[in-house]
Amino acid sequence: MSEKRYIARSSEIAARKLGGEMVIMSAGDSRVFSLNEVATAIWEAADGRTPLDEIIANRVCAEFDVAPQVALEDAEKLVQELASQGILLVSDQPIMRSYFSLRETS
Amino acid sequence: MASLIAATSRSDVVIEIGALPIRLHTDDPAFLKLLEERYAGFLTSASEARFEFQVELAPPGRISSEEDVRVHCNSGRWSLERGDFRAEWDPAAASGRIRQTANPYSIDSVLRILHTLLLAKEGGFLVHAASAVRNGRAFLFAGLSGAGKTTIARLAPPDATLLTDEISYVRKLDDRYYAFGTPFTGELARLGENVRAPIGALYLLAKGRDNKIEPIRPADAARGLLENILFFARDPELVKLVFQAACAFTGHVPVRRLTFLPDSRVWEMIA
Repeated sequence: MSEKRYIARSSEIAARKLGGEMVIMSAGDSRVFSLNEVATAIWEAADGRTPLDEIIANRVCAEFDVAPQVALEDAEKLVQELASQGILLVSDQPIMRSYFSLRETS
Repeated sequence: MASLIAATSRSDVVIEIGALPIRLHTDDPAFLKLLEERYAGFLTSASEARFEFQVELAPPGRISSEEDVRVHCNSGRWSLERGDFRAEWDPAAASGRIRQTANPYSIDSVLRILHTLLLAKEGGFLVHAASAVRNGRAFLFAGLSGAGKTTIARLAPPDATLLTDEISYVRKLDDRYYAFGTPFTGELARLGENVRAPIGALYLLAKGRDNKIEPIRPADAARGLLENILFFARDPELVKLVFQAACAFTGHVPVRRLTFLPDSRVWEMIA
């Protein structure tokens, strides 16, 4: 069985949810990202304390019509992509709150 | 808004873009004349400028080792530099210094940066967009190089007043968004009219086989706008302000995708 993975939003971003989709701007290099509704649900649940598989089960599979294994694979790709862009933190341990985004507004 | 052309003395000139007057002092009469010619239509006799800058002219050569524009803030003082200029600005003292060679391009860049910093504090921005006023409302056409800004400006009908074919100036005044004319030109090389008008719509440009206007999702509107906003400083607080300004703008002003042919009929849809 794979280890638990935890995800947290970077503090170096500005983000806002518009029409159900999250728009994110990196404070470091001003790059802009937008997330679809499923990715937005994962992003919103990225509190550093909830394991990724629980997020998928409780936020994605429960709210969207998607099979758990497919959802988890897609989420892994998303997390990897966002982490490589520096806007999401990934760890095999719970992530301290000080790393979370303080700039997010709804 | 009428523009008055008058240098307030032989050693300074006040350039008013977006209703924000900035006074430039120089000891060089030839450079003063260059400024007067470059910013004709945007000079004002206003005795009270919002900020004062002393322009020091350097001999030909590099001023800074920075290749790209570098803008940063240290203890409340802004530093702006690129290979061809170096500037300092103290907002609290409402003054600064610019060191450059005697050319119009460096001062143009400094002014653009200064205005982006000023506008960010009040919910406005400069954006890569052509803009024009028609029937009392301003329309913006945003896109990066090659998107068609100059083309659509060139196709504008006689009853449209061109604000710019390159850099649009957006300010939020009394909870409304206004576009102002700018002297920042693109390929058209024609200064915009120094007037303002409430913004009717912003169009994200795309070239296609026919002329059509399509709605876009709010997130795409914000992202499309953000990708076109002029942005120089890496300051996190400034990033936040610009981000908020763009999101607020898209919540107040219709943003659409405009696909067009290089044909003047596109303007039949803009009114």
